Amino acid sequence: MGRTLAEKVWDDHVVRRAEGEPDLLYIDLHLLHEVTSPQAFDGLRKSNRTVRRTDLTLATEDHNTPTLDIDKPIADPVSRIQLETLRKNCADFGVRLHPLGDVEQGVVHVVGPQLGLTQPGTTVVCGDSHTSTHGAFGALAFGIGTSQVEHVLATQTLPMSPFRTMAITVNGELPEGVTAKDLILAVIARIGTGGGQGYVLEYRGEAIEKLSMEARMTICNMSIEAGARAGMIAPDETTFAYLRGRENAPQGEDWDAAVEYWKTLRTDADAVFDQEVVIEAGELAPFVTWGTNPGQGAPLSASVPDPATFEDAGERLAAEKALEYMGLSAGQPLRDVAVDTVFVGSCTNGRIEDLRAAAEVLQGRTVADSIRMLVVPGSVRVSLEAVAEGLDKVFTAAGAEWRHAGCSMCLGMNPDQLAPGERSASTSNRNFEGRQGKGGRTHLVSPQVAAATAVLGHLAAPSDLSALSDATPAGV
Amino acid sequence: MEAFTTHTGRVVPLRRSNVDTDQIIPAHWLKKVTRDGFEDGLFEAWRKDPEFVLNQPAHSGATVLVAGSDFGTGSSREHAVWALQNYGFKAVISSRFADIFRGNSLKNGLLTVVLPPETVERLWELTEADPTVEVTVDLVERKVLAPGVDAAFELDENARWRLLEGLDDISLTLREADSIAEYEANRPVHKPRTQTV
Repeated sequence: MGRTLAEKVWDDHVVRRAEGEPDLLYIDLHLLHEVTSPQAFDGLRKSNRTVRRTDLTLATEDHNTPTLDIDKPIADPVSRIQLETLRKNCADFGVRLHPLGDVEQGVVHVVGPQLGLTQPGTTVVCGDSHTSTHGAFGALAFGIGTSQVEHVLATQTLPMSPFRTMAITVNGELPEGVTAKDLILAVIARIGTGGGQGYVLEYRGEAIEKLSMEARMTICNMSIEAGARAGMIAPDETTFAYLRGRENAPQGEDWDAAVEYWKTLRTDADAVFDQEVVIEAGELAPFVTWGTNPGQGAPLSASVPDPATFEDAGERLAAEKALEYMGLSAGQPLRDVAVDTVFVGSCTNGRIEDLRAAAEVLQGRTVADSIRMLVVPGSVRVSLEAVAEGLDKVFTAAGAEWRHAGCSMCLGMNPDQLAPGERSASTSNRNFEGRQGKGGRTHLVSPQVAAATAVLGHLAAPSDLSALSDATPAGV
Repeated sequence: MEAFTTHTGRVVPLRRSNVDTDQIIPAHWLKKVTRDGFEDGLFEAWRKDPEFVLNQPAHSGATVLVAGSDFGTGSSREHAVWALQNYGFKAVISSRFADIFRGNSLKNGLLTVVLPPETVERLWELTEADPTVEVTVDLVERKVLAPGVDAAFELDENARWRLLEGLDDISLTLREADSIAEYEANRPVHKPRTQTV
């Protein structure tokens, strides 16, 4: 019987297999950041162990880093200690680090791909659940805990139990104005936050094949929000074109050998998935969340659902609690929901195409007076590219704040946070209670919806803006 | 890792599903560089409500958390497991756990037990009616026992053995050093490298 993409990559990394034991998998790339690594390095020290493969390990600073005044000492002493700890650990153990102020610094899941380190058929791990992002290249990439970080540092392997496979087949083409973010939010709403538990998802079908690498990363990034171990997309010409010439991509003969291997990384025609979900792209529309988990979402054109209509008692209770926390009422049109803050950034939507999309909507328009808008590039490289294209000027002219790279308001570990009761439209990945700041309320949206929302002051799509300008009498 | 064989204790019934790791331990606690001192951060936002189940004196000193489905979703932060342990929990029972949280718990000796929703409901009713009721989580027999409840649970044999013995995963893997070296010798040269060493 044929094998799926995920099974092929898994099989190529088995160091040891024994009956009744987890497979011991080799890890090709281990990414580190300041938050989930200090206790792992401590563990190495206590056991007198070293980092087995510093040449397969890379660290960056992202979760704590400020997005303002980065040339000054970090104001929060606890954040400062954590960053200093990472610097010391990397120096002591010989790990390559891109610290704040370095041109390659940025969100770990933006940095890996842009350096060309994330490659098809590799295993990629990081002490961060959004490691699933790297699956966009046909890598088997998953988030791990700190004990596993220590395990990989010491052994470059992980004992792993097998997963199940799920195909998410997206037929047809995405309608104009519908993005990868809308697609993945719709998928999560469909299968639920636990629907992917125990599975590796493979996104496939015409709509997926047509997506750019960055859009594919947005989709794989949020696989974890459906509870999945990982998300993957088979590598193709789009993948190869993205990688060619990047700093850490193979060169010359190695490139040819790599591409030859990468081309084998497709699910065989006779492979069987444990489960399959089919989505018709043509039926999708801009999508937003109304609740406090990423599965609680609906099309922007819909209204806040009535919890009483949920059949499952647990879901009904969760919806009631979510509406209470979010300060929303059943039946309220989502377009009527006014927000205070708009955040464009994160490992989900902080890449150059995301910034271009938001800037295109904002071009020649202004952010509503009631709105604070933060634009945080996913990395310094993304920031430099945006500046070269003049996108920063578009944002600042519209009244948005152009910031330095990092995780920022996605999780509010740095000063970029929501105040209690404050409501955001955010291009990030989680709308959990208090995620963006204590008492903050989050609506997950695409960069296009974020920008249109910033202009109108309430949840909106770019089509709402053109409807406005169409309605403006000639000559006014 | 501390070994886990069997534990008996009182219960905190947490009637919520989708308890994400941001609720278990909010991000601002993650700046600490140790594995301890997280107990005050556990469910920090919810604990501001005096009615929250963890604040009820009747449940003080309880060591078994019984929660709704999809416990531990979201972030990979192992701090969530440390916070539960620092607070005093020895075991968590739910009808479904998020994968990364489950892996983290078993690596730290916090036993996570999957039981059917009906059994979770039964344990809630039992311990809400009488908070002094004790529940036994027995890893040797793979059973959860309480008055009127005798529920078997699954845990793969290898994970169970590691927990029962309190084994260090890294030491076990380092026994395979030869297999790892052999694998490395055969890795394709086109695989990425972060630096030349």
